[in-house]
Order: sequence, then C-alpha cells, then structure tokens
Amino acid sequence: MSSKALGQAGTLESCDALVMVLLDAGKEGIVLEMDGPSLVSFEEDIRVAVSETLASLGISDAEVRLSERGALDCTLRARVEAAARRALAVLEKAGVEG
Amino acid sequence: MTLRRTSLYIPGNNPGMLLNAAVYGADSIVLDLEDAVSVAEKDAARILVRNALRSISYRDVEVTVRVNSLSTPFGREDFEEIVPLAPSVLRLPKCETADDVLRAEKLIGELEEKSGVPAGSVKLIPIIESAFGASNLPEIVRSSPRVAALNFGAEDYTADLGAERTKEGRELDDIRSRIVAAARIAGIQALDSVFADVNDSEGLFEEAFRVRRLGFDGKSVIHPRQIAIVHRAFTPSEKEIEYAGRVVAAIEEAAVRKSGVVALNGRMIDAPVVAKARKVLALAEAAGVHRIEESRP
Repeated sequence: MSSKALGQAGTLESCDALVMVLLDAGKEGIVLEMDGPSLVSFEEDIRVAVSETLASLGISDAEVRLSERGALDCTLRARVEAAARRALAVLEKAGVEG
Repeated sequence: MTLRRTSLYIPGNNPGMLLNAAVYGADSIVLDLEDAVSVAEKDAARILVRNALRSISYRDVEVTVRVNSLSTPFGREDFEEIVPLAPSVLRLPKCETADDVLRAEKLIGELEEKSGVPAGSVKLIPIIESAFGASNLPEIVRSSPRVAALNFGAEDYTADLGAERTKEGRELDDIRSRIVAAARIAGIQALDSVFADVNDSEGLFEEAFRVRRLGFDGKSVIHPRQIAIVHRAFTPSEKEIEYAGRVVAAIEEAAVRKSGVVALNGRMIDAPVVAKARKVLALAEAAGVHRIEESRP
C-alpha cells in the first residue's frame, strides 16, 4: 500500500482489529486482504461488515487490509469506519491543497 | 432511587473493556471519551463507543458517557454521535458555569428531537474540577432539570489549586462539603472523585466511608477490584439498617397512638432523625440488602 490517502485504525490487542484503508489504489471494487483467528468461522461476515461500512460512507473502490484479533462485529465496523474516515480526510486535504 | 455507589470508568478506545463493562457489578459505567483517550484517537473512540452503545447489552447497569467538553474541538461531534443512542447520562467534564450546562442542554435537546430520542431523557452530570467551577455550584445545579448529580474531580481540582492531594484528603474537605450542599439544593446526588491507588484497598475504603459520612452518594472507580470495596462503604451496615428500622417503627407507632413525642433508647426521635432513617432503609432496599416492609410493625 502507498501512503497516499491511507487511513489506519485499531490495534492488534485482543478483541480488536487493525484496519488499513487505501482509497486511491487505482483498483475497482473493494479489495480485501485479511488475517486473524476468526476468519475460519466468520470470513463472510467480516467481508459483509467491511463492504457495508464502506458503502455507508459512499466508498465503492478501496483496498483494505484487516488483521483481526477476535473483534466483535461492532468493533470491526468501528475500526473500518475510523480508518476509512481518516483516509477520506487525507483525500479531502489533498484536494484542498491540490 | 437510582443507585450510583460506583461509577466505573472504561477507556472508550478499548474494545475488550467496553465489551465486559457490565460484568463487574458497578452501579453505573462511564464510557470515557475524554481523559482516557489520546487526542489522536478521539475520532476512533467516538465511533467505537457509538457502536458499542448500539450493539452491546449492558443489562440493568446505568450507561453513561464522559464526552469531551464543548469548548474543545471534540465535544460537539461526541454529542452528535452519542446522544442519538440515548445513553442515560452524559458526564460533562470541566464544567465551570451554568452556561456550560445550558450549551450542553440545548445541543442535546436538538439532537434528541432530530433522532427521535424522547425529549429530556438524556441527563447530565457536571464534573466539578476547577476553582472556577467550585465558585459556581448553586448556579450549575439549578441550571437545568437534566442535571442528575454533581460529580467531583479531585485530581484536576487540586492541580488547579496548586494543592497537594494527600491520602488523608483534608485539603478537599471544604470543597467536598460544598459539593454535597449544592447537590442538595437541587435534590440530586453528589458523587466523589476516583481514588487513584488501585493497590490500596484500605485507603480506598477509608476515603469512601469518609465521603459517605460527608453526604456523598457514591464514588468513581477506575478498576473493577475497587467496586466491592466502595459498595461496602456506601451500603448501610446491618446495625444501621436495624436501628433505622426501629426509628421508623417507633415513629409509626407514635402516629397510631397520636403521641407527639417519641424516644428510642432515651434519645428523642425528631423529623431529621426519621428522615435519615428512611434514607438508610431506601438505600438498603435499592442495594438489595433489605426490604422496607420487613421493618414495619
């Protein structure tokens, strides 16, 4: 991931997730890369949580890297939203300055 | 009676602690967006606490949120994200004037209306932690019907004064008594500050018992192991409950006999003694250690 329009939120502590969202990756759709102990059972739920959260912010194209450590759905969504909002803020700032 | 013997602070950016906040037995929990969250994480904590309020069941524990002051860059967004989730209470840090409460009240009112939260349902607990705030106590408690209690913040208060905070706490006796008196003006609760040394159980009990004697209704805690100790200090003992029961029984018996003067163990029972006894029984009942019916003849 480049550092352009990158937002990161969360931690690698238990019950949390570390999420990075890159908005100007030049790729179409949501490209999601994940690791963590819950993927075996909840990979599809996590994919849905990521896409729904990004969609609620009007984001349809993004590269997302997610490392989860047993985070609940509400925590995953919070971390994706925080990372995405931070990335949006970078884009907005670049737009203003550009 | 809303029991607030303990208010357990939970750092707002810690998902594990937010998840378990209700299991420790505190009467009230404080999901903290203020001092427990670094400036760089204010946005992430706000979103996390909002989602926790949406998704996690805290059962019968009172859920409160310490938002950032509206005079900071973070306060307004805290209100906008949190009020629509209808927490029981917002705790207002660094409250110094009636105007601080009125600004919060106005914004909460607008957000309640916008989000369909019943008007007036989100209460406020101002936290007094400066000399200026301490000089405006009567105005603060009377400023809004949303004010549900007055909370003291001793660390910031002593820092503001340039005083040393000691375990004996004599430097705080005056302000603590004034906070209790101000709370009583509005008929609301007075809640004491945290006791920072989580390894000193004896010191915590002594401080909690001392502030209960000053009239406080509860105390903030920062570690689950402090809860049982503070509850013990703020819950009437068997001896207190037994005496209060006899006082109430004596006054009720006197009313039946139409007797004007009542004595118990050679001590005159007058209105303030009866009022204190009824308060002890109400507190004991709310704490689940007594049923009021049992004390009646």
